[in-house]
Amino acid sequence: MENLAQIAPLIILFPAIGAFINFFWGAKMGEGASAMVGTVASGSSFLVALGLLAYLTGNGFNPAVINPPLLDSWIRIDSVGLDISWQTRVDTLSVSMTLFVTFVGTLIHIYAAGYMHGDPRFSRFFAYLNMFLAFMLILVMGNNLLMMFVGWEGVGLCSYLLISFWWDKPGGEGIANSNAGRKAFIANRVGDFGVLIAIFLSFWAFGTLDYYKPNEIPNPQVSAAHLEEETDSSRVFYSFADEDVEMSQLGMFGQVARYVRIDEAASVSLDNARTILNQARGTGDEQLIAQAEALLETTRAEADANRPQFNIGPATFGIGTLLTLITLFMLLGVTGKSAQIPLFVWLPDAMAGPTPVSALIHAATMVTAGVYMMVRSNIMFHHAELTSIIVALIGATTALVAGFIAIGQFDIKRVLAYSTISQLGFMVAAVGLGAYVAAMFHMITHAFFKALLFLGSGSVIHGMEHGHHHVHLHDADHPEAVTHDSHDDDGFDPQDMRYMGGLREKMPVTYWTYLFGTIALAGIWPFAGFWSKDEILLDAWYVGFEKGLFQGFIVLGLLFAAAAFTAFYMWRQIEMVFHGKPRHEAAEHASESSRSMTIPLVILAFFALFVGFINIPSGIGFPFTFGLEGVLGVHLLGDFLEYSIFAEAFNLLTFNALIAIPALAVGIGGILAARSVYGGGKAIDASGQDPLQADPNTALVWNVAYARMYWDEIYFALIINPYIRIADFLYEVVDWGFLHDYFHDSVLIRGYRSMGDLLARPFDLGIIDGAVNGLGWLAGRIGGGLRLTQTGYVRTYAVALLLGVVAVIILMLLPLI
Amino acid sequence: MVEVEAFIVLSAALFILGAMGVVLRRNAILVFMSVELMLNAANLALVAFAWHWGGMDGHIFVFFVITVAAAEVAVGLALIVAIFRSRQSINIDELHLMEG
Amino acid sequence: MIDVPSIADLNLTVTFPAVFLALFTMVVLIVDLFIPKDRKIRTAHLTLGGLVVAFVWNVLVFDSNQTALGGMYIADSFSGFINFIALTAAIITCFLSVDYLKRTGIEQGEFYSLLLFSTAGVMFMGAASDLIVVFIALEILSIPLYVMAAMRYRDAKSEESGLKYFILGAFASAFFLYGAALVYGATGTTSLPEIFASVEGIVATDSGARLYLVLGAALIFVGLGFKVAVVPFHMWTPDVYEGAPTPVTAFMSVAAKAGGFAALLRLMVIALPELTANIGDTIAIWQTTIAIVAAATMILGNFVAIVQTNVKRMLAYSSIAHAGYILMGVAAVGTIGVAEEATRAALIYMLAYTFTNLGAFAVVMALEKDDGSGTQIADFKGLSRSRPLLAVMMAFFMLSLTGVPTTAGFIGKFLLFGAALEAGLVLLTIIGVLTSVVSAYYYVRIIVNMYLEDGEGDPAEGATQYLNYATYAAFAGTLIIGLFPFLAVNLLDTMMIAGLF
Repeated sequence: MENLAQIAPLIILFPAIGAFINFFWGAKMGEGASAMVGTVASGSSFLVALGLLAYLTGNGFNPAVINPPLLDSWIRIDSVGLDISWQTRVDTLSVSMTLFVTFVGTLIHIYAAGYMHGDPRFSRFFAYLNMFLAFMLILVMGNNLLMMFVGWEGVGLCSYLLISFWWDKPGGEGIANSNAGRKAFIANRVGDFGVLIAIFLSFWAFGTLDYYKPNEIPNPQVSAAHLEEETDSSRVFYSFADEDVEMSQLGMFGQVARYVRIDEAASVSLDNARTILNQARGTGDEQLIAQAEALLETTRAEADANRPQFNIGPATFGIGTLLTLITLFMLLGVTGKSAQIPLFVWLPDAMAGPTPVSALIHAATMVTAGVYMMVRSNIMFHHAELTSIIVALIGATTALVAGFIAIGQFDIKRVLAYSTISQLGFMVAAVGLGAYVAAMFHMITHAFFKALLFLGSGSVIHGMEHGHHHVHLHDADHPEAVTHDSHDDDGFDPQDMRYMGGLREKMPVTYWTYLFGTIALAGIWPFAGFWSKDEILLDAWYVGFEKGLFQGFIVLGLLFAAAAFTAFYMWRQIEMVFHGKPRHEAAEHASESSRSMTIPLVILAFFALFVGFINIPSGIGFPFTFGLEGVLGVHLLGDFLEYSIFAEAFNLLTFNALIAIPALAVGIGGILAARSVYGGGKAIDASGQDPLQADPNTALVWNVAYARMYWDEIYFALIINPYIRIADFLYEVVDWGFLHDYFHDSVLIRGYRSMGDLLARPFDLGIIDGAVNGLGWLAGRIGGGLRLTQTGYVRTYAVALLLGVVAVIILMLLPLI
Repeated sequence: MVEVEAFIVLSAALFILGAMGVVLRRNAILVFMSVELMLNAANLALVAFAWHWGGMDGHIFVFFVITVAAAEVAVGLALIVAIFRSRQSINIDELHLMEG
Repeated sequence: MIDVPSIADLNLTVTFPAVFLALFTMVVLIVDLFIPKDRKIRTAHLTLGGLVVAFVWNVLVFDSNQTALGGMYIADSFSGFINFIALTAAIITCFLSVDYLKRTGIEQGEFYSLLLFSTAGVMFMGAASDLIVVFIALEILSIPLYVMAAMRYRDAKSEESGLKYFILGAFASAFFLYGAALVYGATGTTSLPEIFASVEGIVATDSGARLYLVLGAALIFVGLGFKVAVVPFHMWTPDVYEGAPTPVTAFMSVAAKAGGFAALLRLMVIALPELTANIGDTIAIWQTTIAIVAAATMILGNFVAIVQTNVKRMLAYSSIAHAGYILMGVAAVGTIGVAEEATRAALIYMLAYTFTNLGAFAVVMALEKDDGSGTQIADFKGLSRSRPLLAVMMAFFMLSLTGVPTTAGFIGKFLLFGAALEAGLVLLTIIGVLTSVVSAYYYVRIIVNMYLEDGEGDPAEGATQYLNYATYAAFAGTLIIGLFPFLAVNLLDTMMIAGLF
């Protein structure tokens, strides 16, 4: 078991190999083999992840850091002590990420085999998927910020490639797809810039980018018991809390903890001195006051000397300021990758990609990278209070805004995209509240049910396309039907919910699994979403009511509203898509998707129901948990993650019915409200309008949601158009007017030309040309002359040989004379 | 007692004769025979030296040379026959399809 | 009385790669009789099997450093390396031959036996520790090649090349033999180590023996120089290379050359390094001669190659030029103290050349039509579009032959020039560098034709499965040696030539 962790690099290697094979031989292998390679690569990674889980449980959850063979050092500059390795980190956080990433990834590979059937770039698609998985796993498994950044950029690249995967679709659609890809890439670049700055600052301050050194543990409290059990004496674990550990033995997070500790100690001694002074003033004894003042002075001097100071360029920061800076820059990255305000606008457009991509990358895994980064750096965020407040507010606001916009969308995938943004907002808010476990918990449950919903929507789209195709063929057979058919054939959109309706009978498996996903997302007990969402709300309550911090109240309120919207727009979707009567021929002729697509749906539906039980809160029991707490244990995930989160940043809360019951009520209320508005066959009224749009009381608000709150328009007006104007100005005036017309033409061209004329003179006179050509001519002449000796006559050759013999003999005998 | 040099002079003379034959003759068979003459000149030298040194090496060498020469004859004559069959001539000066 | 050695004294284990191959040849010869005419591919497979067995065995006994067969055979890493070259060449040639023989209508089982015989000859040549063995090995190597050159007997060119090769080869063999006889006369022994032991004593005296020795060395050099095609014993090369079936040409250009150089190095290094004009000299008598020959060879080979229009003929001249480069290494061996380094350089150059040249010939064969046409340089036009992979590999081979870094050819040239400089052969090195620049002219011309000129249709109809295997193998070899030269260098790191270094 001890060496089991050594398999960790394989988890990245398998999908990398899969991608490699599919890139180079995929097109030749055919669809079956191509899908098989991709799926097996992904499945192998899942097995490796299981092996790593086994390693952790077998070794007291102590982390392992593995150097892959042949790749120990990546960037190494000894003079500045820089040594960045390709180390993979096996700890509870990375393993819990890899487990769901690879598991959901594998299911989506299977699904994609059916969904992408017949696509001309089928194998390329699987190559991209595998490549994405490899990068995602680098992101998750790396032991330093730079590896994480490699993965971060890599998944961004794959996301770009996959969003614009159908760049060659006819009409404007292909261009729209590639524009969506570019939008995603550019928005993410803005965030990536933040991450890069954060990395630079971290390295500048701490001299290392390693999260933790190989034998360092973040949370000594929980590991202590296991450390004593540790029989293998070759590994000695230590933490920042061990006094005799040098700063250089600590990774960046351990250093942060140590610096904070030193800083706090200085503050405490200063406070003590102030207390003594106050007491002395109370006594009124001049001598005592003088002594106490002297003590305060010396303590202040000591404290100032002891407080850690970081010189970043000309500026000097204390540890708190430094952490605030780093985390704020990280937050910029998070808003890009995890689609938060203000950079979230790319994610809805990213739905241009094939649906499996939306499910895997833009719902389940990649977009959680930002949250993962924050959970990974929990010690930094914990000690950066200002950032934490900002994070919490951004998350909660995003959750509400996106949830609101989702109500006004007709595109089935776009609704889910906004829903994803909204749920990511929940996670980000949780991080801001210091509820790192809750964030991870929601990330995991969300991965399952959102992947389920996306794949379900894919199945619906597939069914609709199939139905449309059927109608189309039908039309072709009977030309007279064309006149009867009133709708514009080219205007048909298989993703538009207005064309759907009544798919419940046509696609039963899709319906039931979609229903499971919806209920899970709405947060209805006992589905997964209930447990994870409840935990975030609970944390918000705790921060607000127990700690008395204002952001707790705000976040609690925003998230409750967002939860209500969530239930509402999801049930709206159910009513529009599955209930009522078909509103279009395509929906009438839709049919259930293939096994390869429905089986992953069923598996995911199972998890949407049960995955919430991995983190049952304490204080609740049978019958609400079906007795599973006896099997799984309470706070299973929390206890697991405790080994990766700093003790100060870790807290688990007990169940609170005062939160859970209103949350449940809000969820059910949202569903009932949606049912009353959209149920009973009035999902879309006769004029093709949403009932809320048709109702003058709500039309105004609804139209704002429909227009996506004008985010894109605002960006265009505020950023993009000015940007383009500035670019135009630079182009027209500076570049053309000055650089090209004047500088380029007058200075450069004329200068070069006269210089060239001067230099070309020898050429003109034929000197250099003559020399070069002459050499070639000479070589040819020499060759031509020498070849004449090759007469073709054997006897000539024999004579030459004989002459050679004579020459050799003479040459050999010469030295003897 | 004849000095070993005498044998060597004889063998050298035979060797040079053979070499001149190769250069001057046009008939493939005669060229080939000249080569054989050169080989036998070498044989003579070998035997003479073996006699001079009193060892077995030279003699063994000669036997191998004879064997090898036989093998060469087999191949050489086969080639010449093949050439003759296709061109009705074994004049090696006619063999100059390739040059330069 | 002659001691009759026991089987154990023969120490057959270490000779096995060569001895096995020789025996296996007979097996192939006999088994082939029972293989029907249209199933000759089985013979090829059988041959390949034998070659692989020999190859594996060679790996096992690579570093054994033992003498065998009563001191006539020496198994050290030198001979192991030569075996490696010979077997690699034979295996690749085998792959080259399968489809070629069939489509040119000369598919005969004997071809493979002859190939095996010749390979065994090369291997014995590398391991020979006795003049007798060197001579026999030389003939075992040559005689099959005479036949193979004339194998396409319906083609007048092939016939002509066979006879030319035969007559001149036999002529050169006679010189070699006479040289061996003279050396024997001077030293009284045919065993190379014993010759080595007595050379110093002979040099000390201004006697007839010294004359015999130097004359003998000169004639031996002529005989082997013919085999490796150095100026002025090179004249058979272009004609034979052009006329012979292309796989034979490919094999000849690498294996026969490797055998010749192996013997040359053995003789010059083992037997005659002390052949200095006076006691205390550090430079062997023959160094100047060989250096002059090397210079002439490099110059002639490279310059005449420029004016060739037939690729096979161009490669023939190129192979002459490369013999010049290797001969430069041999010349460097003549400076006492540089011998080991120079030998290693020459061996690695040969290995690099083996892969590269076989690859180049493989591509030529892909373009060759069934009637033997299609080997003009102009036939390469547009290859980059019709067969991009083939063109890339051909370009790579050409660059390797030129000696561009990251290719095997560069490693070989780098080591050789280094050794030559260390041996004090500055002028020779300069000539070597300059002529390599000249060589770029005609190698790059092929690349230019492939990439910048438009051709019509698909010229590479001969690029069949087996041929492609051979091309890939040669490409891989060229690339690997170019990128990881230490793999080859390490093989020769320790105790390269038993008992000498």
